[in-house]
Amino acid sequence: MTDTTPLIRIRDLHFRRGERVIFNGVDLDIFPGGITAIMGPSGTGKTTLLQLIGGQLKPTRGTVEVDGQPVHELRRSALYALRRKMGMLFQNGALLTDMNVFENIAYPIREHTELPESMIRTLVLMKLEAVGLRGARALMPNQLSCGMARRVALARGIALDPMIMMYDEPFTGQDPISMGVLVRLIRSLNEAMGLTSIIVSHDIAETCEIADMIYLLAEGRVVAKGSLPELQQHESAWARQFLNGEPDGPVPFHYPAADLAEDLLTMTGT
Amino acid sequence: MFFDWLQQLGHRGLDIFERIGRAHLLFFAILAGQPGLLSRPRLVIAQLYSVGVLSLLIIVMSGLFVGMVLALQGYNTLVKFGAEESLGTVVALSLVRELGPVVAALLFAGRAGSALTAEIGLMKTTEQLSAMEMMAVDPIRRILAPRFLAGFIAMPLLASIFSAVGVFGGYFVGVGQLGVDAGSYWSQMQANVDIYDDIVNGVIKSLVFGLVVTWIAIFEGHDCTPTSEGVSRATTRTVVHSSLAVLALDFILTALMFGD
Ligand SMILES: Nc1ncnc2c1ncn2[C@@H]1O[C@H](COP(=O)(O)OP(=O)(O)OP(=O)(O)O)[C@@H](O)[C@H]1O
Ligand SMILES: [Mg+2]
Repeated sequence: MTDTTPLIRIRDLHFRRGERVIFNGVDLDIFPGGITAIMGPSGTGKTTLLQLIGGQLKPTRGTVEVDGQPVHELRRSALYALRRKMGMLFQNGALLTDMNVFENIAYPIREHTELPESMIRTLVLMKLEAVGLRGARALMPNQLSCGMARRVALARGIALDPMIMMYDEPFTGQDPISMGVLVRLIRSLNEAMGLTSIIVSHDIAETCEIADMIYLLAEGRVVAKGSLPELQQHESAWARQFLNGEPDGPVPFHYPAADLAEDLLTMTGT
Repeated sequence: MFFDWLQQLGHRGLDIFERIGRAHLLFFAILAGQPGLLSRPRLVIAQLYSVGVLSLLIIVMSGLFVGMVLALQGYNTLVKFGAEESLGTVVALSLVRELGPVVAALLFAGRAGSALTAEIGLMKTTEQLSAMEMMAVDPIRRILAPRFLAGFIAMPLLASIFSAVGVFGGYFVGVGQLGVDAGSYWSQMQANVDIYDDIVNGVIKSLVFGLVVTWIAIFEGHDCTPTSEGVSRATTRTVVHSSLAVLALDFILTALMFGD
């Protein structure tokens, strides 16, 4: 972790979906070369944050800069040029269902380069080997398990050797062995390829093991940030509760709602 | 109460205009993506197969039956005036001017349009479109543009095949069953079907229908709520809206072309 200028710089980010405020003034820095974990209760907007960084959503207020460029103000061509430097692992894999595993990984390579077929084959097989699925290259996405699909998507995400890699819940649905492999893979990719990684995850132990910096999000704000030891000593009871996974405390387990008794007594509506 | 109702009405109205606006923006984005297809003809050919070739069977079967019915109905009327020799003209003109473009477009909406909507809607629901965007591949250019072009090309071809098969269907019934003279069936047709007035106008109709049906199908898929229910509703809307659009446009075009 270096204290150079941040690769991703988010200032005063506000975002809402319809009436619901998702972000209410988020400041966040992600430095080159590190692994940053973003954690928070389900539904706080972690996936939304990744989409804002990728320029798929536009903030209602504030700025999102990636590599010095304001993502939300870029023209289409500049945005697409910037996205070529980003890889994203979607929460559900999002593989193209009309191609087999091999073609899925070859897809971004074919789209963006003019490499000969033999080279593409080598590249794809290397990426598949890295995620342990070289033998599954002829399978179609609907023949993969959830965890396998996610590993294929990871291989696709790194196919073009991006500068920034965003992982949305990479560990869900993995057995202990592939989980361990994935954790090490993310770490080693980060070092070998000089990546900057952002991990969104609920698997606190695994994520904290490799993260240099952890941001805790809740209720539209950054509640705490720092390395794992720092957070465990954090003054906010919130942060300590979240990291230890206790159900009671300042972290609400529920989506914002009216009082339960009142809700049950109301006869009409959904 | 009344104000609630008024407010809802206003909301609906605004929603509709917003959708129309989005549909047009998408249309222009798709048009902007057309030149890029020159370097990737394979994308279009693949879509021509699924939109066009896979619709062939239903088009051929329907064309055959429609032609046969036309011959039966036409014969019964014509024979009263002793004009059954004109059966070829009646069958051909009905098909080329009206039934070919319209019925083929309605079948196309049901067969290919609904499939397009469902496919694109599912790609949206499973985040494949988002994933492409994040791979710096524009789904409008790679997914929507080739489908649009394929629909636009396939529709007049399918309508022509429909009419051609229908003419043969009319021949089987008229000449084979009802005893109309084969020579007059063909020669009357040749003498009375005008290349510009009838055939070109029919082709123009089916070009317009192809454009509208494919546009609606692609827009509905791209704009659907990303849930299974959203996809199923969008598919229904594609069939309903594009059928209505075809019939309404047919009236307008017919009035413009033949109604002087
Ligand atoms: N398309 C959408 N339209 C409206 N609201 C949405 C949409 N997608 C997500 N939301 C809302 O935005 C909030 C944040 O969603 P998001 O998917 O970013 O959560 P998350 O932190 O990734 O949760 P999880 O950990 O469960 O994946 C949620 O409360 C959700 O209700
Ligand atoms: Mg999420």
